[in-house]
Amino acid sequence: MLTVTSPPSSPPRVSPPTATQPPESKAAETGVWMGIATISMSFAALTSAMVVRQSGAPDWQHFQLPPILYFNTLILLMSSLTLESARRRITAAAGQVGSLVPPVQRLAELYLTLTLGLLFVMGQVVAWRQLAAQGLFLATSPSSAFFYLFTALHGLHLLGGLVGLLYVLHRLRQATGPVPRTALGAATLYWHFMDVLWVYLLALLTIRV
Amino acid sequence: MHDTAAPAVVHHHAPPQGFLRKHVFSLDHKVIGKQYLDLALVAVCTGMVLSWLMRLHLAWPTQPIPGLEKLSPNGAAGGLITPEYYLSLMTMHGTIMVFFVLTTAPFAGFGNYFLPIQVGAQDMAFPRINMTSFWLTFVAFLVLIASFFIHDGPALSGWTAYAPLSAVGKDAGPGQGLGQTLWAVSIAIFCIAQLLGSLNFIATTLDLRTKGMSLARMPFSTWSWFITAVIGLIAFAVLMPACILLILDRVAGTSFFIPAGLVISDRLQPHAGGSPLLWQHLFWFFGHPEVYIAILPGFGIVSHILPVFARKPLLGPRVLIGCLIGIAFLSYTVWGHHMFVSGMNPFSAVLFSVPTLVITIPAAIVTMLWIGTIYGAKLRFTTPALFCLGFVSVFVSGGISGFLLAQPSIDTYLHATYFVVGHFHFVMGVAAMFGIFAATYFWLPKMFGRMMNETLGKWHFWLTFIGVYCVFMPMHYLGLAGNVRRYAEFTDDYLKPLIPLHRFITIAALFTGAAQLIFLFNLIRSRFRGPKAPDNPWEATSLEWSTTSPPPLDNFGGRPPVVHRGPNEYGVQGPAGDYVMQAAPEPAAR
Repeated sequence: MLTVTSPPSSPPRVSPPTATQPPESKAAETGVWMGIATISMSFAALTSAMVVRQSGAPDWQHFQLPPILYFNTLILLMSSLTLESARRRITAAAGQVGSLVPPVQRLAELYLTLTLGLLFVMGQVVAWRQLAAQGLFLATSPSSAFFYLFTALHGLHLLGGLVGLLYVLHRLRQATGPVPRTALGAATLYWHFMDVLWVYLLALLTIRV
Repeated sequence: MHDTAAPAVVHHHAPPQGFLRKHVFSLDHKVIGKQYLDLALVAVCTGMVLSWLMRLHLAWPTQPIPGLEKLSPNGAAGGLITPEYYLSLMTMHGTIMVFFVLTTAPFAGFGNYFLPIQVGAQDMAFPRINMTSFWLTFVAFLVLIASFFIHDGPALSGWTAYAPLSAVGKDAGPGQGLGQTLWAVSIAIFCIAQLLGSLNFIATTLDLRTKGMSLARMPFSTWSWFITAVIGLIAFAVLMPACILLILDRVAGTSFFIPAGLVISDRLQPHAGGSPLLWQHLFWFFGHPEVYIAILPGFGIVSHILPVFARKPLLGPRVLIGCLIGIAFLSYTVWGHHMFVSGMNPFSAVLFSVPTLVITIPAAIVTMLWIGTIYGAKLRFTTPALFCLGFVSVFVSGGISGFLLAQPSIDTYLHATYFVVGHFHFVMGVAAMFGIFAATYFWLPKMFGRMMNETLGKWHFWLTFIGVYCVFMPMHYLGLAGNVRRYAEFTDDYLKPLIPLHRFITIAALFTGAAQLIFLFNLIRSRFRGPKAPDNPWEATSLEWSTTSPPPLDNFGGRPPVVHRGPNEYGVQGPAGDYVMQAAPEPAAR
């Protein structure tokens, strides 16, 4: 069963919203938590499918995971760190009077996160190509099928997270009013979840494949 | 979670300009709700015609059905339905009814329209996701319907799409080629739509409640939509990957569900090692909660409407909500009762049987609450009230046969018979439809500012009520007599004496279907020509009746309501009569 942990974060130093700021809805964050619940459930279902499929038949082919996956994992973990740092910096700066919109240079870490995210996806594609070069395709064995399925579904969800980050970045660059704190928080939360999910999947694949 | 939300002034979208933005790609939850309902109306008409074709064929298998050859030259050559095409009709009837009617209308349709208004919000939490959710549902419907117009016709493996029949492709039958692939793609898209919709419902309920609208003060319909959304969020999250696995088995050569050495149509299937039971587990882990996705909104609608016409508060409101939550939780523990005949270990069968019997307890308590509410009440016998009473009747009738089927030893005998068909049509099909009818007669005045015709409504109710009993009650007898379901024709000797009863059912089904034309006429005519509806025609308490009929774009004309009490204030001395509205400022005096 997949467990979801909340991102490691202490409450950011934020001064109370000024009178001019309307209360920002928490709906985006609730939405992401619901998304986390439903994605967790999907991967839990696939995990159970994997366990059932492996136990029932002799055609399960064990193979060595491509080592680049561990490098990719490091990249993804780093991207979570840079994003968390960006989020804290931006929300802290937003709390200061007269500095509602962060200057563009404060967004550097956000760009770095996007780059690392893209690098991770490219790394996963390289892992696929390495497996294919060994003659392991989707339909070769149930083990390879689950490998491709898990990595592809995680990759798709991660791309969704990248789109979310791009949207937040767009709003930060365009914003003339208050910083979209909840949107940034929600996108960060989702990204951390992608991180946790990947670590879980890697552990699962290492044990089972 | 917080008990009292900040005023819901969070979501603003500018008034839409132009026809497309106003009526087609609208972000307004009210338009989207109506779109869902219109889609469900098209779907239910399609599904009902399919059931007529099946019933006609069962009663008079040698009589050609005029015009059917045009729809399917292969499946109904000369107007005579082949056994394979019969299965296609059955599959499509089930799929359309369960997904595009029973999920779409009571939950997505009415929920979309009324949940935000009932909690005092201006719109859903995520209007764009809401719009996406509807259009994905629409695309899913088109993809499914497209399979009628391809060469081999639609899938024939039932709405449950059991593997390996559903996974091996064309060898398993004409519709199992492209038709089954379209089915799987359609359901996968539908899953995404429902997941997005559920997410929206939950975020709206938790975060956009107006000032004073604590969770305990939410109307029962809102509670049921909220709980249904939670069920949907988990259930569709399992069906979605199951569909992906099925599609991969069909198009990418994997073997998740196809065992080794499988020979179909004299051909050894090029797959190995898969588990057909895995599909059943994944499907029913979704499929049983889906039953509650279809019926819980009906629970909420009846609990919302009955007190209005009983002019009494609903008995035990907190017990009701507790029961709904209990049912939602238990619905995840009973899926194996659909698989008693799958070769399951008898000990596992007991494990699934016990919670199935336990889940009848909260369901029975809810029924008692309804009966207790109308006990001694001076009921106003309006059409929505009649349909609520009809709901209770058919739900109890269908529920009682559930006690029998919950026991593995009895289910083994009855599982593949018409007894089960009668059971689930009563308890989830007809009951949910009665909930939809009650909701339509009750809320149409709010949605279109027009009253529906009461005389036609009562005719519609009585004809439908008698009709459904004539259709589905005899099926229990057929099942006990051993009449197998899913057969296209009854040629066995022991089945021949049952054919007159089948003819009776067919005639009753045609008659009941024709009675729906009264509803359709009433619906369309009232929508445009009905007498103008006042803001609160039923003297009800919840927030949707505090605003105009129909509500303005932001639901409350720029003044978010403040809520002072729960929705259950009937039979009290209020400023306007024997009720006090949720948004009325005066304290209620008993």
